[in-house]
Amino acid sequence: MAADATTTQNAGHRQGNRDGLWLLILWMVLSVIGCLLVALVLGPHLPPGAQSSSAASQQTDITVLATIATPVVVGVLLYFGWALAFWRQQPGDETDAAPIHGNTRVQVTWIIGTAAIVLSLAVYGTIELISPAGAGAGEGPQPIWKPAGTVTTSVTSWAPNTKNILQVQVIGQQWAWTFRYPQFGGFETTQLVLPVGQPVQFNVTSLDVTHGFWAYTLGVKADANPGVNNVAYTTPEHAGQFQVRCAELCGIWHGSMYDTGDVLSVASFLTWTQTAKTQLADVTKLLPPYALTYDPTTIPAGKINVALGLTSAGGGYYNPADPEQP
Amino acid sequence: MAIETQPESAQAPGGGDPGAAAKERNFWLRPGIHTAVIGAVIGYALGHWLGNFMTPSFVATGGGAPDSNDEAIVLGFAFLVLGWLIGLGVFDDLVRQMLGRPIRVTDHKANVGVAKYFRYTLDHKVVGIQYLVGMLIYFFTGGLLAIAIRTELLSPSYHVMSPTTYLEVVGEHGTMMMMMMTSVILGPFGNYLVPLMIGSKRVAFPRLEALSFWLTPCAFVILLSSFLLGGFPTGWTGYADLSIQAGEGMDAYAVAFGLMGVSIILAGFNIVVTIICYRAPGMRWSRLPMFVWAMLTTGFLLVLAAPVLVGGMYMIITDRTAQTAFFASQLGGSSYLYEDLFWFFGHPEVYILALPGFGIVSELIPVFTRKPLFGYKIAAAGMFGVAILSFFVWQHHLFDSGMDPDMRPLFMLTTELISIPTGFIYLVAMGTFWKAKLRLTVPMLFAIALFINFLFGGISGVLLSDVPADTTAHGSFFVMAHFHYTIMGGLIFAFFGGLYYWLPKVLGVTMNETLGKIHFWTMFIAFNSTFMPLFAVGMLGQPRRVWEYQANLQTLNDWVSISAFCLGGSMCIFIFNFVMSTVIWRKKAPRNPWNARGLEWQVSSPPPAENFEHIPVVLAGPYEYGDPDALPVADLHPPAGVISGALATATASTGTEA
Repeated sequence: MAADATTTQNAGHRQGNRDGLWLLILWMVLSVIGCLLVALVLGPHLPPGAQSSSAASQQTDITVLATIATPVVVGVLLYFGWALAFWRQQPGDETDAAPIHGNTRVQVTWIIGTAAIVLSLAVYGTIELISPAGAGAGEGPQPIWKPAGTVTTSVTSWAPNTKNILQVQVIGQQWAWTFRYPQFGGFETTQLVLPVGQPVQFNVTSLDVTHGFWAYTLGVKADANPGVNNVAYTTPEHAGQFQVRCAELCGIWHGSMYDTGDVLSVASFLTWTQTAKTQLADVTKLLPPYALTYDPTTIPAGKINVALGLTSAGGGYYNPADPEQP
Repeated sequence: MAIETQPESAQAPGGGDPGAAAKERNFWLRPGIHTAVIGAVIGYALGHWLGNFMTPSFVATGGGAPDSNDEAIVLGFAFLVLGWLIGLGVFDDLVRQMLGRPIRVTDHKANVGVAKYFRYTLDHKVVGIQYLVGMLIYFFTGGLLAIAIRTELLSPSYHVMSPTTYLEVVGEHGTMMMMMMTSVILGPFGNYLVPLMIGSKRVAFPRLEALSFWLTPCAFVILLSSFLLGGFPTGWTGYADLSIQAGEGMDAYAVAFGLMGVSIILAGFNIVVTIICYRAPGMRWSRLPMFVWAMLTTGFLLVLAAPVLVGGMYMIITDRTAQTAFFASQLGGSSYLYEDLFWFFGHPEVYILALPGFGIVSELIPVFTRKPLFGYKIAAAGMFGVAILSFFVWQHHLFDSGMDPDMRPLFMLTTELISIPTGFIYLVAMGTFWKAKLRLTVPMLFAIALFINFLFGGISGVLLSDVPADTTAHGSFFVMAHFHYTIMGGLIFAFFGGLYYWLPKVLGVTMNETLGKIHFWTMFIAFNSTFMPLFAVGMLGQPRRVWEYQANLQTLNDWVSISAFCLGGSMCIFIFNFVMSTVIWRKKAPRNPWNARGLEWQVSSPPPAENFEHIPVVLAGPYEYGDPDALPVADLHPPAGVISGALATATASTGTEA
């Protein structure tokens, strides 16, 4: 009887080892296949693409995270699938299973394993955050991670391929984006146009409520807060159009607060600035002097909006009794 | 032991005869839900009149409609709550005690039959069932709103609702669900089961517990009344300055959410004290069921985090009525202050929603694998780890907002660290499954589904915690899919698992198993079919809370909408099963249908009014399945003298320690 029990136990033990071995082999094979698929097949198609430096680094980052996550997902799904397939109650068997209260080795391995993955992810994320100038995220009024080799020497003039970084002010209001180019006479326009291959500094602010400036394929996202300048950097690397959307709920027309931006060659960009400067000269005269934030109560917003052809603006921030209301 | 003592005779300096029994009133004159409604209506009218009387020429800061008077609305709501509670009889005993008259709670005649569910009742089992029904009403109302949202999103431009209505619906859905989720497990299961699981005849603060429930119908009505006041355009997060600018509906949001905050503080406080102070002799910390551990950590989170929510809502209200400027940028306030306050509550809240789910599945798994819980201490440590870390991660909601960038690596690290204790829960489950004898009952199916759903929720959370990946994912449908995977895929699946598991105990009737399985499979498939594509939709550039999206995303959105309708259909199957099983079929449940070891299963179904005839003496842990040497979980009829002996020892040891 005792011998029988021992044999059964041993058989059970071996059975357990076999389960473990099979699980390990299957997990490794499926993980390798899964990781290769994610990294090589899915990776290049992952958003936000590679239109700018920050977008490209985000794409790499997302690919790396997805690849590391694959073995975890595969492991857990495989384990539960295995349990459902092989560790079921046999019909008529009302007995309990063999009790296991814990296993120090498994527990310690698990803790060390998860801690190692998590810490390496945090380190990698920090590197991906710092090296490409804040990863395109809004860094607030005092940015600490800037594109390599750039300084702001002048906010009134700009030439390509210098250390002086191109300034673009993004102004959110209910419910439109406008863009101001201080280095080209400070004109304000509804078109976002950028030169290819030049680092850009977005100065994002708002006139009324919190908006979220999201240049999707440029990999830039920065909240537009009233009275706050929120800085984000990127370097567009391919010419072409990109989407601009609002990523913070800002009122009823939040859903329609989108625009299409354009990345042009440097020469076309310079031509565009000259044209825009001339065309918008009348509007520029109405504008307050360029500043990083604006007090909306002192802006003749209505006149500017009419001159710019904006019809959607004019939310509750502007007092309905205000004669400037468009 | 002070548990059951009522003062033999109240001290009566003035009032009536202290020994006299309370006078019996006719049933329609006894305080109940009908008097509460009358009180609420009178209260609202009174408060509204008072507000208009005090500030007839008030103009809202945000420039809403010229005749809007936020003060009248807010005062109306405040008096509504007061009138509701007075009508319900919440203050009756307080007044009686002040007057030196006998209190009425011991009057069991008022608490018989179905009527007790419509009264301010101090029995934790009644409150648990009240909560269950209340939270189901919340859940299905929020669910209907979700169906409305998905109907609108069938088309990339607006076609069913106007943008205003759409935003109202989105905000109501989010707020209602978030309010409900904070108490959906702690309310029904926590209040009902914790005393049974720890071997107590009662909870620590029955009045607070009952009050915590009776505030939720008020919050529900006030939140829905926002539709009549023009809704609120801010979604459930209520960001300033939009919340300052918004019309009167915003007041309803702030009052309702704040009220729910008060309710969950009370509920959490009661649960924490009950668990710490009311355990039966022998119910050591090392024998506490995992569900009770989860309720303890959740209770701590509620007590510590919800006051910040209440404060934040109060500040919104004063900004809108009393001309303070906490958040109004134009007047020198800061919208960042609101964002910080909100998420300082909001992130622990996320774990308030996750931990009870973990607790329920940890309770179910040993029963249906027929094995002890693998790594009991690890499971408890995991819950505490999650709870503590959850207070140090809130700024990951603000990675793009323009907060101090220095803090980003730190908050990225703390956020990712949370996956370590969360991983413990997976380790515990997987260890328990090892070579088990799985019984695939309906509760077990829901428990397994939690681990699959939460896996995707957790993995997508790692992407969101990583600043570069978050730059794209933040504010998009990716986030939306992520938290629906963790909250609905985690908490709600656990809730249904718990419901199928404990309903035989709670109501003494068994749910139909075939319908339960149909409910599970339709829900599991429709849930994944609804939310999995939303990860892609978000990554492809669709922001949250928009009614207008790129035309090329329509196929995916339509797929999601149709799946969401199927999910709604699955809920109808549940409602049918629930109503039929509990009202019509009423198949009687045995005392212990799952052959579980938990203390709550050792008493009859439903449990007797006093829970236990005698305070039990707990002899062993609840998960000793398969161990032939394990003692029964408790001695329900301990020999006389054991309890008093244990108490004497406890008092003596406390005395020496002190």
